[in-house]
Amino acid sequence: MVHTHTYDVIVVGGGGAGLMAALYASKRARTAVISKLYPTRSHTGTAQGGIGAALGNLEEDHWEWHAFDTVKGSDYLGDQDAIEFMCREAIQAVYDLEHMGLPFSRTPQGRIDQRFFGGHTNNMTGKPVRRSCYAADRTGHMILQTLYQQCIKNGIRFFDEFQVMDLLLQNGAVAGVVAVELATGDLHVFHSKAVVFATGGHGRMWEVTSNAYAYTGDGVAVTLRRGIPAEDMEFFQFHPTGIYKLGILITEAVRGEGGVLINGQGERFMERYAPRIKDLASRDVVSRAIYLEIKEGRGVNGKNYLYLDVRPETVNYYAEKDGRTRPDGSPYRVTAEEILAKIPDITDFCRTYLGVDPVKDLIPIQPTAHYAMGGIPTNKYAEVVIDSRNTVLPGLYAAGECACVSVHGANRLGTNSLVDLVVFGKYAGIKAAEYANGVDFQPLPEDPTDFTRQQIEALRHGDGREKASQIGRELRHLMFDKVGVFRTEEGLQEAVEKIKELRERFRHVRVSDSGRAFNTELLNTWELGNLLDLALVTAVSALERKESRGAHAREDYPKRDDENWLKHTLAWLDGDRVHLDYKPVVITQYTPKERVY
Amino acid sequence: MEVRVRVFRFNPEIDRRPRYDVFTVEAEPMDRVLDLLEYIRGDIDGTLSFRRSCGHGICGSDAMRINGRNMLACKALVKNFETNEITVEPLLGLRVLKDLIVDMEPFFEHYRSVLPYLINDEPLPEDGRERLQSPAERERFDDTTKCILCAACTTSCPSFWADGHYVGPAAIVNAHRFIFDSRDRAAAQRLEILNQQMGVWRCRTAFNCTEACPREIKVTQAIAEVKRAIQTGRLD
Repeated sequence: MVHTHTYDVIVVGGGGAGLMAALYASKRARTAVISKLYPTRSHTGTAQGGIGAALGNLEEDHWEWHAFDTVKGSDYLGDQDAIEFMCREAIQAVYDLEHMGLPFSRTPQGRIDQRFFGGHTNNMTGKPVRRSCYAADRTGHMILQTLYQQCIKNGIRFFDEFQVMDLLLQNGAVAGVVAVELATGDLHVFHSKAVVFATGGHGRMWEVTSNAYAYTGDGVAVTLRRGIPAEDMEFFQFHPTGIYKLGILITEAVRGEGGVLINGQGERFMERYAPRIKDLASRDVVSRAIYLEIKEGRGVNGKNYLYLDVRPETVNYYAEKDGRTRPDGSPYRVTAEEILAKIPDITDFCRTYLGVDPVKDLIPIQPTAHYAMGGIPTNKYAEVVIDSRNTVLPGLYAAGECACVSVHGANRLGTNSLVDLVVFGKYAGIKAAEYANGVDFQPLPEDPTDFTRQQIEALRHGDGREKASQIGRELRHLMFDKVGVFRTEEGLQEAVEKIKELRERFRHVRVSDSGRAFNTELLNTWELGNLLDLALVTAVSALERKESRGAHAREDYPKRDDENWLKHTLAWLDGDRVHLDYKPVVITQYTPKERVY
Repeated sequence: MEVRVRVFRFNPEIDRRPRYDVFTVEAEPMDRVLDLLEYIRGDIDGTLSFRRSCGHGICGSDAMRINGRNMLACKALVKNFETNEITVEPLLGLRVLKDLIVDMEPFFEHYRSVLPYLINDEPLPEDGRERLQSPAERERFDDTTKCILCAACTTSCPSFWADGHYVGPAAIVNAHRFIFDSRDRAAAQRLEILNQQMGVWRCRTAFNCTEACPREIKVTQAIAEVKRAIQTGRLD
């Protein structure tokens, strides 16, 4: 059974970017949100440490400093016009969130409290600056809850537990999307003038990951299948501190509060890799340092993990050594109670999943797949652009992790994912409504659900020789091994061949559940197909980029090569082939130079 | 170690009544019950349906009854059970849609009924910056900001089982979060809603909710504070 709905603006995804887009689009246009999860289940909720904005509540700060740090963090691959826009807008965005009711932690003066975070510095001294606005260690949870509350207040229409499987384009413009209602298996056509994709990342293709099961790159996969390229997919961030084996995130805020990384010999090794800001260097830098320590035999007990140490005696020892002070100039010293109050959720994770107490014990950590810098190409107004000349596809918008503006370039700074989703989610909503108010509907295609039905049929009618679970395991292992923190020509070549083989085997998978209601097997199998497509694009893009930049570290090309590679990758997927093109990076006032922390 | 997982099964498309399937799986002590369910669905029986997303206790998708108690499958570790037999069932008090998936709509309807959003029509600070709130004022409602809307509390409540019209602990927790927020101006409205027949007075302080909460929110205490505010008309 096919149902048809008509809206001016359809937002796909109910996380931070999607809800922001919906709140702003709905002010001026008939808007609905389609989400495969109940919106409060979205991955935004797991963000911990904070949202960066140069409020200057505790010390001098400027959005221009935030912009420079972001450019530098991006290893100069971020587009500087978009970065300046984001960092300037971040300040208002944080105030907007506070006005919406977000319960930020507070300073004694009652202002939004701010903390240190990796890569955020005072540009005059080079020292860390308190820029991350936070609510304990559950800032993402508070953002997601606050935005959902506002959606309820404003009567936003939600289609919860609907999976969007196709984007409809007519006459070179958006005509809507097609979704499956999970509760019934029915197909729904959403006829709309504008569509905003806010579908999140795709970190489930790696074995050790901080990402939710739902993070399967659906939006990027759907747009790739409709001929829209994916940008900079070779850049995927590995967060330095995931819980050993499980990958669950331990926020950088632990290091912001004074925690340090310790190798198997008890040494605080980050001093050797980033003499100035040490444990608070950018994530790519710290993740590589951890890998190198392990490679040189300094893992714990010869294993592939190290320790994060936030016991008060350790924090105080290094705070004294570093001469760290509080905003009033007094020496920085902490008690166990103060640490626990700043990181209550981390404490709970450590107790639940490791049986350790972070103020008494060491926390075993390893880098964990965390964030997609790449995604659907957009400009700074969240309009999707589809070629190297930045041609806009009318009516299509993307925001949040699924989009590549690009503000994160080759490596995202901590706290900037939340900045990205509130700023560009907001502008996606504003621009989509503005566009919708100026155009007529495109006609729907004759058989709008055709391609969606084909996709479902293919999953139901494989010969059953292969199992999706096995293919998924092999993919995750392969990606972590060959397309991880360090990469080589040989390994990437092998990965490309193996992914092609896995995609071929995937055609033999058959979904055993023939039911319609909550056929989660069908959904999960389709999601695996998305990951396979994105993995291929990622590996091919990485194989071609013969330099090291940000999160893309090639052992065979260890240096950044601005002469040949200061450019964004665009990748189109055509069957088993990936076509690549490149487009220039936008440089405004920050000339690329060597990146030292 | 070997674990026997007994799973509640019900597919309204074909089943007239529910049944229990037993799966014997190899497990590590540190495995989550969610890992076992994922393994069962991926490698043994693809027709098993359940919700999950973040896998570490933040998104609230996978609340279910495990050996008779409400918990999140991603926070329930195999080693924490005294037995090698683990029974997994859907939450009580909400209609089963398939296997471990229940109809969350009535739950969210109760949530929406308490005006779960900041209400303050006063002008914003003239400098355009944040409203001020002292750390003590912020601390006053900290506990109830932790709610992830998983429904473990509401579906463990005997009063809710007895009458699904009762607004339930989760909705009261979310009302509390705003009633005691110094920036909010609609406490009186919410207290009036919760003073009605299906409001806080249905709570018989069974404490099931507090025990069920995976975020360790002191739910019963929050309900008591709302009751007291209704009785005294004061928000201290």
